[in-house]
Amino acid sequence: MEIALRVNGQERTGDIEPRRLLIHFIRGDLGLTGSHVGCDTTSCGACTVLLDGSPVKSCTLFAVQANGSEIKTVEGLMQDGELDPIQAAFKEEHGLQCGFCTPGMMLTAAELLDRNPSPSEDDIRWALSGNICRCTGYVNIVKAVQAAAPAKSEPVATGSEA
Amino acid sequence: MTTVEETDVHGIGQSVKRKEDDRFIRGKGTYVEDLVLPNMLHMAILRSPIAHAKIVSVNVDEAQAIPGVVAVVTGELLAQHNLAWMPTMSGDTQAVFATDKVRFQGQEVAAVVAEDPYIAHDALGLIDVEYEPLPAVTSPQQALQPDAPLIRDDKEGQTDNRCFQWETGDKDATEKAFQQADKIVELSTFYPRCHPSPLETCGIVADVNPISGKATLHMTSQAPHAIRTVFALVAGLPEHKIQIITHDIGGGFGNKVPVYPGYVAATAASLLIGRPVKWIEDRTENLISTGFARDYHMRGELALTNDGKMLGIRVELLSDNGAFFADAQPTKCKVGLFHIVTGSYDVPAAYLSTQGAYTNKAPGGVAYRCSFRVTEASYLVERLVQNAAYELGMDPAELRRKNFIKPEQFPYKSATGFVYDSGEYERAMDLAMNELGYAELRKEQEAARAEGRLIGIGMASFTEVVGAGPSKDYDILGLKMFDSAELRVHPTGKAILKIGVQTQGQGHETTFAQIVATELGIPTEDVLVQYGDTDNTPYSLGTYASRSTPTAGAATAMVARKLVEKGKKIAAHLLEVSEEDLEFKVDKFSVKGAPDKAVTIQDVAFAAYTNMPEGLEHGLEDNHYYDPPNMTFPFGTYMVVVEVDADTGQWKVLRMLAVDDCGKVINPMIVQGQIHGGLAEGYGIAAMELITFDDDGNCIGSNFMDYLLPTSWETPRFETHMTETPSPHHPIGAKGVGESATVGSPAAYVNAVIDALAHTGVRNIDMPVTSAKVWEAMQGAARSS
Amino acid sequence: MFPSRFDYVAPDTVEEVLATLAQHGDEAKILAGGQSLIPLMKLRFASPGLLVDVNRVPGLGFVEETGEHLRVGTLTRNTELERSALLKSGYPVMADAAPMISDPLVRNRGTIGGSLAHADPAGDWGSVMLALGAEVVIKSSTDERTIPVSELLVNTFTTSLDPTEMITEIRVPKTPARSGGSYLKMERRVGDFATVATAVHLTLDNGTIKRAGIGLTAVGSKNLQASAAEDALAGAEPTAEAFEEAARLAAEASSPSSDVRGSAEYKKAMVRTFVRRGLDKALELARG
Repeated sequence: MEIALRVNGQERTGDIEPRRLLIHFIRGDLGLTGSHVGCDTTSCGACTVLLDGSPVKSCTLFAVQANGSEIKTVEGLMQDGELDPIQAAFKEEHGLQCGFCTPGMMLTAAELLDRNPSPSEDDIRWALSGNICRCTGYVNIVKAVQAAAPAKSEPVATGSEA
Repeated sequence: MTTVEETDVHGIGQSVKRKEDDRFIRGKGTYVEDLVLPNMLHMAILRSPIAHAKIVSVNVDEAQAIPGVVAVVTGELLAQHNLAWMPTMSGDTQAVFATDKVRFQGQEVAAVVAEDPYIAHDALGLIDVEYEPLPAVTSPQQALQPDAPLIRDDKEGQTDNRCFQWETGDKDATEKAFQQADKIVELSTFYPRCHPSPLETCGIVADVNPISGKATLHMTSQAPHAIRTVFALVAGLPEHKIQIITHDIGGGFGNKVPVYPGYVAATAASLLIGRPVKWIEDRTENLISTGFARDYHMRGELALTNDGKMLGIRVELLSDNGAFFADAQPTKCKVGLFHIVTGSYDVPAAYLSTQGAYTNKAPGGVAYRCSFRVTEASYLVERLVQNAAYELGMDPAELRRKNFIKPEQFPYKSATGFVYDSGEYERAMDLAMNELGYAELRKEQEAARAEGRLIGIGMASFTEVVGAGPSKDYDILGLKMFDSAELRVHPTGKAILKIGVQTQGQGHETTFAQIVATELGIPTEDVLVQYGDTDNTPYSLGTYASRSTPTAGAATAMVARKLVEKGKKIAAHLLEVSEEDLEFKVDKFSVKGAPDKAVTIQDVAFAAYTNMPEGLEHGLEDNHYYDPPNMTFPFGTYMVVVEVDADTGQWKVLRMLAVDDCGKVINPMIVQGQIHGGLAEGYGIAAMELITFDDDGNCIGSNFMDYLLPTSWETPRFETHMTETPSPHHPIGAKGVGESATVGSPAAYVNAVIDALAHTGVRNIDMPVTSAKVWEAMQGAARSS
Repeated sequence: MFPSRFDYVAPDTVEEVLATLAQHGDEAKILAGGQSLIPLMKLRFASPGLLVDVNRVPGLGFVEETGEHLRVGTLTRNTELERSALLKSGYPVMADAAPMISDPLVRNRGTIGGSLAHADPAGDWGSVMLALGAEVVIKSSTDERTIPVSELLVNTFTTSLDPTEMITEIRVPKTPARSGGSYLKMERRVGDFATVATAVHLTLDNGTIKRAGIGLTAVGSKNLQASAAEDALAGAEPTAEAFEEAARLAAEASSPSSDVRGSAEYKKAMVRTFVRRGLDKALELARG
C-alpha cells in the first residue's frame, strides 16, 4: 500500500505491506533510528513518537494507520539547529544513561510540557509512566522535565549532592 | 604564565556533563539494531515450546520453500560444522541449537535466515518439529530426588542432576561458635529468579568476509575481548580475524556478558552464506532464554551472645542453574563471591555449603547488576541481622553498630578469606540515621501502630566486594581478570585513551577522561575515550561486577603516570634542568622553588614530536596492564520507610534514603545516577520482578506484561548521600559503585515491610513482596496469635 | 515481533465499515485503538485475514449528555475520557476508571468501544458499565439494536456481537442528583492488568439507597455484576453493616483464580475490602 505522511515536517512516502509496524517503517524505511524497540507488548515506550501531537507507541500501530498523519520523532526535536529545552535539560540533569529509552522519554515529556507548562512531580511521574527506564531510577528524568518546564515548579529534593 | 587550577581541567571529583549525551539526546546513538549493511540478511530463531522433550524430527522443507528465505539452520547443520555445542562461562557445555533433546522452554532449535525479518518469522511457523515430551524438572529440590529424570544425559558420567557441590569457610570453628551461642537466629528464604532486562535486548550483525575470512561481529557485549577469545576457541576462527564492535549498548546489567546461541548461529550463518546476518532478540526471547539471575534457596543461621555479639554465621545454599551451568563467575568460585556473606560485621567464624542443580529452565546465573552472587549474600545477612535484632530485643541499628568492623581493623581479613580494604561503616550508618530522622521515626512508628497504622523502617548496611582480579585468584575460563589502558597524546596536546572495558550507559567516555585530566593535566574535553572495538583497544575482561573503575580506571591512572614520567624527562630537556629538580602539578612541570619556570603538558607533548632530547624515544604514548592487588569493598547504609495497608497488604515506600561510600568519587553526578538506577532495580526486585514456572516448565514472566519493571509512578523518590573512604590500594582511591544499590537495597525494602509487621511475629516474606504475600503473612500471624 | 500478513481497509463511513463486515464475516476484524489487538497479532496469537480500520470514520468519538443518557462514542480514546470534565463532575466511577487503564500512551490510542468488544475479564470498562447499568448501541448493515452491557459480555474474550456487527455508542443512564461512584483497582504497577478492581455506583433517595450498581474486574471469566449485593443494597439504609454485607455478597459472587498476582482467597478478600471502601467513597460523593 502506498502511504504519504509528514515526518518531522517533511513529506515522506512509502509503499508497504499493511502489516508493517510504524516503528519498522520509521526505522527501516525512513532510516530514523532514534526510536527504538524494547519490548513486544506495548509496555516499554522505547518506540514512542508523537502522532498528530500525541505520544503513542509506534510498535503498536501499523504504518498504514499513519497515512496522512503528522509524526514527530526524536530527530525532529531540534528546531533551527537549536536543541529543544527538554534535550538540553536531559543532558544538564543527567536524565539519561544508556540512552535507549531517552528519545521516547523526551517526546512524552515534551508533549506534557506543551499541555502543562508547570507540572508537579506527580504530574511528571504520571505522564511518564508508560515509558520505562532501566538506568536512571527516574529521579533525574523528573528533574530534567522540571528544568525544561516553561514555568518552573519546585525542584525535587533528593538529598545532598553526591 | 597563567595558573591552571585543578578545577580547570575538569578532572576527578567534578560533575562534568557527559560527552556521550550529545548523540543520545539527538537520537543519534548507534545501537546494533540500527546497523544496516549491504546485502544484510535477517535471522529469526525457532524455540522449543516445551521444557523437556526428545527431538524426533525437524522438517524444514516448507520453511525453506518460502520466497525470500535463504537458509534454514538446524542443530544438525551446526553439528556438521562442530558448532552444535559451545562452552559456558562456568566451563560447562550448552547446546547452540538442540540436536538430541530440548531442555528448557525457549531453547534454540533452528533458525531461518531471510531477506526480511517479516519473512523470516513467516517461515519459522512452517518448520515442523516433532517432540516426544519428557517429564519436566522445575525445582532444584525436585531435581535432586533420586528418581528425577536425568536432564544432562549428554554429559558423560553425569548420572544425576547435581551441577556442583562446594563449601568454604571453617566448618569446625563455626560449629564451635554455634555451640557457644546464647541465641541462634535462622532464616530460610528464596531469592527468586529475576532478569536484568536491559531495555535493549541482545543482538548481533555478523559479517564474515568470504574473501579474507575476517569476522566482524557487531554485537551487544559487555566483554568484547573475552568474547573474541571465546569465539576463537569455539569456532576455531583465528583470533586476529575476529573483530568485535559493540557500538552503543542499551543497558547490560549482566545480561550481555555471556555468549548466546544466537550470536554463534548468526556468525555461522554469515560464514556459510557469505553475507552479513542480523539477529535481534525480541523481548520474549530475551526473558526466556538469556541469562537470568539469582534463583537461590538460602538458609542462614547467625550465632550470637545475648548482648548481641555475633559469633558465627552458617549458610546452606541450593541454586537452580537451569539446563546448562552458565553462571558468569570466576573459575574457582562455584557460588560467585557469596562468601561476602559476613557483610559489614566482625564475625569470627563462617561456613558455607552449597550445591547446584540442573533443571528444565533457561540457563544463566548472570549477576544482575551484582558482583557474582554478592547480592544474594548481602540480602541474606542483612535480613538475618534484622531478625536477630527482634529476637534479642535490640534496635537493628544498634545490633549492627555493635558488630561493625571498626575503622582501625582495616585491612580486615574476614572469616571466609576476603581482605577488606577500607571502611567506615558507622559513619555511613549515622549519616543515614540522622538524615532520615531515625529516632523520631521510631516514635512515629509506635504512635501509628496505636492507631492501627502499620509503618515499617528497614535498613541494610551492606559491604560489597568488587573489582576482580587479582589475577592470581580470579579468572574466567582461564582468562585472568586484569585490565588495561592505552594512552596516546598528540603533538598539540590532545589525547586518546583506549580502554577495553565496555560502557553500557555508565559514562566511561566522560569519567575515564576525567582520570586522565587529573593525572596528566589534559582537560577532560581534550581526551577522547575509545572503546568497543577489539581491533583498536587493549585486552580487557569487560565491564560487569563493578570492575571498570577498580581495574581499567586504575590502569588509566597508571598509564597517565607513565606519561608524566616520560614528560618529566622532556620537560627537563626543555627547561634545561635535571629531572629531580622538577615537580608536576595539575598540568605543569615546574622547577621546584621557581614555579614560574615551567612548561605545560601541552608543551611537552609538542616537544615529544618536534624537539626530543637525544636518547629518548619519540612520541608520548604508552599502555598499562593493571593487575589489582586486591578487590575493593564499597559499602553504605540504606534506609526505607514503608506504610503497609493492613487490609490489603499493599505497601508504599514513604522514604528511601541511601548513603553510599565508593571511595574516591570521580564524577559525583554520574555516581549519584548509578545509585539511583540501582535503587530502582532493587525496588523492582523487592516488589515485582519475577520469573517463575508452572509444573510443566512453562515460563511465567516471558514478556513485560508479566515480567514487571517499575515505572516512574511507583518507583520511590530517592534521597542520596555520600561518604568518602578511599581504597588504600587503588591508584586514585576509587572503588566500584555501579552495583552497590542493587546489592544493598532489596534487603532494606523487605526489612521495612517485615518491620511493619514484626510486632505480630512476621519474620519473612520472600521476594517479590507482593501485596498478596504480605496479606497472607498477616493472616498467618493473626491465626497463630 | 512481526505480525502475519493481512488485508487492510480504512473506510470513511460507518456504512462502509458495516458493508465490509457483512461481506467478510469472521475473516474481518475491526481495528479501533489496537492496543490489545496489535500486540496479539505481533505475538501471532491473532491472525485476522482483514483489518477494518475504523479510525478514519468521523463522528465516532464524543462524550455528551443528551436526553436520558450520557452518550459516549465507541472510538472515544481513554485519554479523552480521563480528561473529561463531564465525567469528573457527574460520573465519578468512569472518571476514576479512565486513568487506571493501562498507561498514558496506551490511553492515547485505546478506545472505550474497543475495550468492551475485546471482553477481557481483566478489562476495566465492562465492570464500570455494569455498575452504571449502561447499554451499547450495536449496528450491522441491516440492523441496529441496543442491549445492556450485561448481555454484551458473554465469556472470556467473547461477546454477543455477531462478526458483522460493531458497537457504535455506549449509553449510560444519566446519573440523578445524590449519586456517587468509585473505581478501585489493585495493580502491581502502572500498566498492569488488575489483580482485582471494583466499580461501584450508588444513588440515594431521601437517605436510603435507591440503586446500587457493582461491577467486578478480573475475578471471573468476564466482568461480573454483583447482583445479590446490588439487590441487598437497593432500598436499604447506607449503613456500615449494609455495606459490609454487600461487600460479603460481592466477594461471594466472585470466582477468581490463583496466579502470580495472588491466591483466589486473597482476591476474594480484596473484592470484599474494595467493595466496602468503594461504597464508602461513593456514599461520600452522593451525599455531596
